[in-house]
Amino acid sequence: MSQIDPITMWTVIAGLAIGSFGLRFVFIGLVGDRPLPGWLLRHLRYTAVAILPALIAPLVAWPQATGGQPDVPRMSAAAVALAAGYWSKNVLVAIFSGAATLYGLLYLLG
Amino acid sequence: MAFTTSNSMFWKGFRDGAPFIMVAAPFGTLFGVFATEAGLNLVQVMTFTATVFAGAAQFTALQLLLDDTPTLIVLLSALAVNLRVAMYSAALTPYLGAAPLWQRTVAAYFTVDQSYALSVVRFETEPDLTVPQRMAYFFGAVTPLAPAWYLATYLGAVLGTRIPESWALDFALPITFLAMIGPMLRTLPHVIAALVAIVMALLTAGVPFNLGLLIAGTAGMMAGAQAEVVLNRRKAAG
Repeated sequence: MSQIDPITMWTVIAGLAIGSFGLRFVFIGLVGDRPLPGWLLRHLRYTAVAILPALIAPLVAWPQATGGQPDVPRMSAAAVALAAGYWSKNVLVAIFSGAATLYGLLYLLG
Repeated sequence: MAFTTSNSMFWKGFRDGAPFIMVAAPFGTLFGVFATEAGLNLVQVMTFTATVFAGAAQFTALQLLLDDTPTLIVLLSALAVNLRVAMYSAALTPYLGAAPLWQRTVAAYFTVDQSYALSVVRFETEPDLTVPQRMAYFFGAVTPLAPAWYLATYLGAVLGTRIPESWALDFALPITFLAMIGPMLRTLPHVIAALVAIVMALLTAGVPFNLGLLIAGTAGMMAGAQAEVVLNRRKAAG
């Protein structure tokens, strides 16, 4: 990990603020009542469910805290959080299940 | 009369939105802690959280910045994470598109997972609502959430540096995101999209500038969309 310099940080904050508002405004503000092409909506439907796992997968497989070594407590916690979220449909239940697994195993395995 | 009914819709939205404080507050706190640990000062953390107002994108940007990713890739990746709010904007447009521009502009800023999900369900089940009533409901739903999000981020930022390493907060981000992904896996195409994205992310882990995230995310989106087309065709044929 390295320090983030202020210019880079402010650039990212400004760019994300403008970009995020743009993404939210584009349809409701600019498109108004006009219909949208089906293929576009179809792809937009799967963005979150594709991008978020893609972001997380490497962090689970090669955690930074262990220097990139696969790790039983973290791997198990990830599996439990995902499964609990899938079955319960409740984000909080899933977070607490995952956290309990992580702390439990970190404690047991030392 | 119209004012009274809009007023009651506002409070209906407020009551529906209030339980999600339980999700927004811990997530906001976590961002405050994570950002402070990453070296951001309080002004940066609060500006970030108030202007971007999208936790998942904020976490993504910080994670990539810590990995020394070029600024342009950081922006593209975080905005890709936020593409789903464009979908929410599109989904809300048939219901709210006729409202005055200033209201739509404010509503755009407050378009998040919870306000979108609650509103679309309500608008579908009560098709007779007027546009002002729908707007009132939408703003009612975000009214308890937005202050909780700002306040929680602030508390996290203030407490952040005092949290010991043994708490393993490095893994709070993966657990939180996985917990969010679980409920999203509603249909087979959603599961396929997630699986393709995971496999591609692991295969492209060596690609420079963390471009693997964009490659894997795009592959997952295309796989999900394609699976939906194939399944619908099969349903139509059978």
